[in-house]
Amino acid sequence: MTQNEMTSDDSTDPAAVGTTATPDPSGEPLVDQSIEVDGTDSSAQAGREQVIEARDLNVFYGDVQALQDITMSIPENQVTAMIGPSGCGKSTFLRSINRMNDLIDTARVDGELYFEGKNIYDDDVDPVALRRRIGMVFQHPNPFPKSIYDNVAYGLRIQDETENLDQKVETALKRAALWDEVEDQLDKSALDLSGGQQQRLCIARAIAVDPDVILMDEPASALDPIATSKIEDLIEELAEEFTVVIVTHNMQQAARISDKTAVFLTGGELVEFGDTQSIFENPEHQRVEDYITGKFG
Amino acid sequence: MSTETPEPDITSRPRGRAARERMYQYLLLLCAALSILVTISIVALLARDAITFFTLVNPLDFFGGTEFLLSRDVYGLLPLLSGTLLVTVIAALIALPTGVAAAVYLSEYASDRMRSVLKPGLEVLAGIPTVVYGIFALVYVTPFLRTIGLPVNTFNILSPSIMVGIMIVPMVSSLSEDAMSAVPDSLRRAGYGMGATKFEVTTGVVLPAAASGIFSSFILALSRAIGETMIVVVAAGSQPRMLNLAEPLQNLWQGFQPMTAAMVQINSADSVSQLGFSSMFAIGLTLFAITFLLNLVSNRIAARYREEYE
Repeated sequence: MTQNEMTSDDSTDPAAVGTTATPDPSGEPLVDQSIEVDGTDSSAQAGREQVIEARDLNVFYGDVQALQDITMSIPENQVTAMIGPSGCGKSTFLRSINRMNDLIDTARVDGELYFEGKNIYDDDVDPVALRRRIGMVFQHPNPFPKSIYDNVAYGLRIQDETENLDQKVETALKRAALWDEVEDQLDKSALDLSGGQQQRLCIARAIAVDPDVILMDEPASALDPIATSKIEDLIEELAEEFTVVIVTHNMQQAARISDKTAVFLTGGELVEFGDTQSIFENPEHQRVEDYITGKFG
Repeated sequence: MSTETPEPDITSRPRGRAARERMYQYLLLLCAALSILVTISIVALLARDAITFFTLVNPLDFFGGTEFLLSRDVYGLLPLLSGTLLVTVIAALIALPTGVAAAVYLSEYASDRMRSVLKPGLEVLAGIPTVVYGIFALVYVTPFLRTIGLPVNTFNILSPSIMVGIMIVPMVSSLSEDAMSAVPDSLRRAGYGMGATKFEVTTGVVLPAAASGIFSSFILALSRAIGETMIVVVAAGSQPRMLNLAEPLQNLWQGFQPMTAAMVQINSADSVSQLGFSSMFAIGLTLFAITFLLNLVSNRIAARYREEYE
């Protein structure tokens, strides 16, 4: 099914797939889904669907290898955090999920990355269609120099989904916890908002088109603590409807908001991946423990 | 300034430094002020001579006059303004879309290699002396227009206007490209991240974000077209003529005399009355007023739509 949706030009309802599994209201995983780093078949696991699955994924920038044989599965409707020191490849992995690495001339990808069962590096995959289902929020808030309304409406307009546009914009702003602050000034330039508001606007812009997955690249690193905590609350709420993958260099943040944590260490290696609680309380690898306890990085 | 003594002396200044610093400051100020002073003098002299003209000719007859005949001391501005208007409009129709398209290509689509070939090429275009464009218009463009079946006269307004348009393309493209290149990549990534195509990112994100710069380039290029002299002197003929509003197309085939060309003619004429000579300054002042107004509007609009990025 996804194969057709991703490769066809039709604008099928992007929500159709992501909502098949009912989110667990408690936010706890239904079953233990710890995944071995050395790559056992995750599809055998019961419970949540694995939305994204990387198999032996390698990414190179020119001659430099940024990711080494990454094999991991990202479960639906949960927050999966990627942590690790600078240059460990966590952002590269994030960008490889919606093929934003395509925009980097020197980047080369090897291996497979499945999105709902379809390898997105297959020749017939259209990155534009893919990105309409896997949205992205960046490190620095990057609203367009347009009005608040036009920012949120942007994705809907390029997809020609302009029916009930006002309603959709309002819904997205409400889901992004920004509506109350901007409802009287939708015509105002987005650049007049504060940094934290801009970032929530960017989240509203990303979710307005109802993607299945939202990728977040250190979305709070440029914000003050109060704005950060708002974004964190928001991320946890978003996971009720979306699959959230977040890169952060802030370990406390990962511990607070994520269900799953992947620890990347230098050299683009995924060292450990599992339930956030067990990663932080009882990591299997000494290097991970050292990193988490602040002995390096 | 540092000394090797155990107690460094941080209080004494070399004598004369303050005076030297002041001198540098005034020297730099002088250079900055020089061009402004010259401009002010030019405008003042222009205005003085124009006032002489307007004491003898009623400004209403000048600005509303539909005939310009040096031999009969009839000085109506409108025929000259018609020529200038035609040149500007035709040149704009050619240069604005082409210039923006070229800028989009250079900024968003071209590979580094392509850019390294095209940019210098466009800059060469900007370096061609305008008299060459004029001769080209007369000798090649006009006959070419005839071969493709257009009923142009030997001297017509279309050929020089086309050449003026081509001449200002580099101005539009270079300034617009600067504006587009200044749009931060984070905005492009945001667009791509939303599933926009390259063309959608270009038209929906980059162009609006660069709008103020692009608009400024338009105004500068139009000012240049309005003030362009040599091309129209060579190829547009010297027939002051009113716009034929009943049959607009007819205008294209005929010769006109834009304001700049009229000034050249007055200046180089063998016998011209004192009044005729001073009419040159009235025309010049009007030209100056037009371009000055355009720049004023451009600054206003640019300031209003300019977006600040980190």
